[in-house]
Amino acid sequence: MFYRETGQFKSKYREELAAFPLAEDKVGIAILLVIAYVFIPIFGIPGLSYEFTMGAIMIPVFIFTITTLGLNILLGFAGQISLGTGAFMGVGAYSCYKIMTIFPDLNIIICVILSGLVTAVVGMIFGLPSLKIKGFYLIVATLAAQFFLEWAFIRVAWLYNYNDSGGIEGTNKEMFGLIVSGPQSDALTRYFIVLTLLVLLTWLASNVIRGRIGRSWMMIRDMDIAAELIGVRPLTAKLSAFAFSSFYVGISGALMVFFWLGAAEVESFDVSHSFTYLFMVIIGGLGSITGSYMGAALVWVVPVLIKEIGKTVFGFDAFVMENFSIIFLGVAIVVILIVEPHGLARLWQITKQKLRLWPFPY
Amino acid sequence: MKKLFIGAIMTIGTFISTIGLSLADELLVPHMTYRVGPYAANGTMVANGFTDYFLMLNERDGGIGGVKVNPEECETGYKAQVGVECYESYRGKNALVHTPNSTGITLQILQKAPEDGVPILTMGYGLSAAAKGETFPWAFNYPASYWSQMTSILSYIDSQSGLKGKKIGFLYLDVGYGREPIPVLEELGPKMGFETLYVPVAGKEMQNQSSHWLTIRKEKPDWVIMWGWGAMNPTAIKEAAKTRFPLDRFIGNWWSGAHVDTEALGSKAKGYLASSYTTTGTSFPAIQDMIKYVVEPGKSKTKIDMPGKVLYNRAMFNAVLIAEAIMEAQKMTGKKMVTGADVRLGLENVKLDAARLKELGLEGFTAPLIGGCADHENGGSIFVQQWDGSDWIRQTDLIPPMTDVVQPLLTAAAAKYVSDKSGWQTQTCK
Amino acid sequence: MEILYAIFIAPFVEMGAYPDLFIQALWDGFVAGTLYGLIALGFVLIFKASGVFNFSQPILVVLAALSLVSFYQMGVPAWISVILVLIMFYALAWLVERLILRQLVNQDGNILFMSTIGLTFIIIGAAQWIFGGVPSAMIVDELGFPNGSLEWPMFGGGVYFEMIDVSAAVIAVIMIVILAVFFSKTKIGRGLRAVADDHQAALSVGISLNQIWVIVWFVAGIVALVTGIFWGARSDVSFALQIIGFKALPVLIIGGFTSIQGAIIGGLIIGLGEKIFEIYWGPLLGSGVEGWFAYVIALVFLLYRPQGLFGDKLIERV
Repeated sequence: MFYRETGQFKSKYREELAAFPLAEDKVGIAILLVIAYVFIPIFGIPGLSYEFTMGAIMIPVFIFTITTLGLNILLGFAGQISLGTGAFMGVGAYSCYKIMTIFPDLNIIICVILSGLVTAVVGMIFGLPSLKIKGFYLIVATLAAQFFLEWAFIRVAWLYNYNDSGGIEGTNKEMFGLIVSGPQSDALTRYFIVLTLLVLLTWLASNVIRGRIGRSWMMIRDMDIAAELIGVRPLTAKLSAFAFSSFYVGISGALMVFFWLGAAEVESFDVSHSFTYLFMVIIGGLGSITGSYMGAALVWVVPVLIKEIGKTVFGFDAFVMENFSIIFLGVAIVVILIVEPHGLARLWQITKQKLRLWPFPY
Repeated sequence: MKKLFIGAIMTIGTFISTIGLSLADELLVPHMTYRVGPYAANGTMVANGFTDYFLMLNERDGGIGGVKVNPEECETGYKAQVGVECYESYRGKNALVHTPNSTGITLQILQKAPEDGVPILTMGYGLSAAAKGETFPWAFNYPASYWSQMTSILSYIDSQSGLKGKKIGFLYLDVGYGREPIPVLEELGPKMGFETLYVPVAGKEMQNQSSHWLTIRKEKPDWVIMWGWGAMNPTAIKEAAKTRFPLDRFIGNWWSGAHVDTEALGSKAKGYLASSYTTTGTSFPAIQDMIKYVVEPGKSKTKIDMPGKVLYNRAMFNAVLIAEAIMEAQKMTGKKMVTGADVRLGLENVKLDAARLKELGLEGFTAPLIGGCADHENGGSIFVQQWDGSDWIRQTDLIPPMTDVVQPLLTAAAAKYVSDKSGWQTQTCK
Repeated sequence: MEILYAIFIAPFVEMGAYPDLFIQALWDGFVAGTLYGLIALGFVLIFKASGVFNFSQPILVVLAALSLVSFYQMGVPAWISVILVLIMFYALAWLVERLILRQLVNQDGNILFMSTIGLTFIIIGAAQWIFGGVPSAMIVDELGFPNGSLEWPMFGGGVYFEMIDVSAAVIAVIMIVILAVFFSKTKIGRGLRAVADDHQAALSVGISLNQIWVIVWFVAGIVALVTGIFWGARSDVSFALQIIGFKALPVLIIGGFTSIQGAIIGGLIIGLGEKIFEIYWGPLLGSGVEGWFAYVIALVFLLYRPQGLFGDKLIERV
């Protein structure tokens, strides 16, 4: 009933291949965009304080969605598992910091994108072992990248301009007369910037994935030897996946520090965060863009909510709630893997399929 | 999906807001705790000591100036990102002062504090440069910065064996916190004629220090100073004993000398030294009150053996200082419900001299602390305590820091911090 | 030129100048190596028998050590605590098999790997909830392990052998021998290997998959307990101990995911390599290189032997 395709005719092959072939999907996306661009900025999330909505829920969720998109490109579409996501976000953050100090007048958005490119190069370098090794051995290789980069973030004092604190700190940055980053910036401004970048990056990802490169990633993922035999070059396919994924992850790292945290130490990029991002991908759904949104939102928001509800409604200790949300995450992973290894995205697809036939299933 | 989600949040949100309203007539003192995670052992003590003092004030005096205090905990697990979440959740709620309990979180909220008008008190941690009140009006690190502490430790060593021509090993956790005192060592080394051996311990190697101690054995320093934290401390003490390094030449900073670090080792750690600025033990009337009003009736999560231990007492002193600042703010403004900005003034005008300490039931507990507008660290003195196999015993009188060395360094560091921040808010002090 | 001297000559001069220190470094590397090897052994056992890369092995080590100490603190005699922990691990193995692994039979290896990450989080949350965060001392004396240390004066210095380290090395060696025999000579051991090769084929020849999985998780639990006791004795028993688990991953790369001997030899290569490198070459890089040096060794091995020293050669068919 809701998803009725009757009457939607496609006369060109291009239309068949469009990102949203169904009119309903187009409407749905439009509604979501209106909610994100109009309703939330005006009303916030009802019941939660406006600052908290922006600073602790919406902005981080959007940033982590970019991270998840990046990791999903690598893991879900190209089949290369990585536990170095945390450190690659660090590469983005530190390179953005360096670019900002070297060119103080550079527009911060350009700076963020440049840092994504730097991360892409670094990602390609650390992706080189993937040509030789795969599976669990690759996990270890990416962990090597993680630990080496963590060490570099502490030891190469040049990266943080020899600050005594050993951290990187953002400052007020203006753009078109508006403070867009730093302590004096308005949460709403940052929200719009992060949201817009997210929308653009999602659009880019969905097109790349449906294109030639994206298809070669999926071939590599499904069976690399077969893909090689029919003419996919593993070198280009794997390294482009690492580069593309790292580009996203780097951008999200830079956004995390300069549009959300305000400052960061190496601790914000350590291996435990790599696991969190991995969870977002798994729970959301491997190889799904919608899933990246759902995963990031669920993994970030649920512990926040558990904490808030436990504290205010039930009066539990913070200690109990924290442990409870750790257990919750673990159980969520296991249950999702058992019930539906393709995550929330797949569940959503099933629902959509049901809606298509509702109320008259076969 | 999203609609459903928003709907769910809406219902939950209404719950939260209804409950939020009933708290309005309390003094909100948020406290970021880490009762879980790798440093949970330390965090539990710190959280208990801090909370218990306010609970005791509520029970004994009915709060501060007749208004109850709400020492609300926000669990961070020592994770910086969660710290920001905690910080955001107190926006617009009239939090009086933030206690981030982590240097990483401090760095993140240091810039935001002036915008929100809530001061940050980082007692015994945080950014050393925050001691300059003129540059950092909203940050305080009473009673002493890490740099002051390092100079005090060096003067202790100087008084024990002389520093000239000696080799000092510096064993530190390889993160921002551990690297903090390096500028002081680099500055003082040539001046006082000692050589420093830097031995960094990566976070992952905290419990795996045999090669670090072999390095120490190879280089044979005369003293080893430790900037350690969590599981790094007991491991280091064990390895020191294993390599036959004399423990009475091994001195930890104030985060490396707590009961949680040495209790499990017992007599194996005998002789180990550490600096501190708060005395241990339960003999102080204030602590007796906490036991009587809070711990024994079971009003907090504190176990009966916790009061009197190093971290518990230190966190309590943190709470004492905040309570004094709030009281001072109430006095200055004449209001009962003060704001963050008032408490900031309260912190600058706090006066914990010997008489006031005695009045609070903390005679001889710590060095007197007189707040100031320009000086946000108070150049606090420390003392050295020693583990006798079952308890920490205070060994020395108060050791003042080398202010003449530290102040120029702090000034330079503060200037450097501000140099690349546009629109930074400073203040001028009379 | 000076750099070349510092890299190629000075460290060896130092080794020669202080032979006692060099021997001590070798010994420390040896002990650390056997302990890395033990953690890796836990991974290998489960991987070998079920094709699961069990990421929860490090937290099992922590769980074993914590529950052992907690039982003892509740007043249970030391050795009975050990038995209680073993019973607990058997129950855990059964639960894991019932609730997780059985549901995931025939799934892709990556999925199984991620499910063990989920398990790790469940255990962390639950254990923190139950045990709290206060670190305790490992009850080595109560378990009857020898105390003190041996000192061998030599070359103007001395070499110290901690008795607990000696015990660790001895017990590690005994365990490896037993496990190697168990895997290659007994019926269950052959069953384990069959399951690892192919779940379905093993089922079809009448091997009970469920039983095998419970056994192997239980054995990995025993290994975790032994590891926990000795690492716990080296520092203390707390959650921070799980970080050590990351050290086992490069060991696996070097030794191979399926070789028991490989785990120990890999452990020794890493243990000795990183200690010697850190002490003699580390200062050139500002020290503290231990955290990633093991991974560098592992990567070098990977490029030449992608399946590790003793790992089974990967044969892929299209």
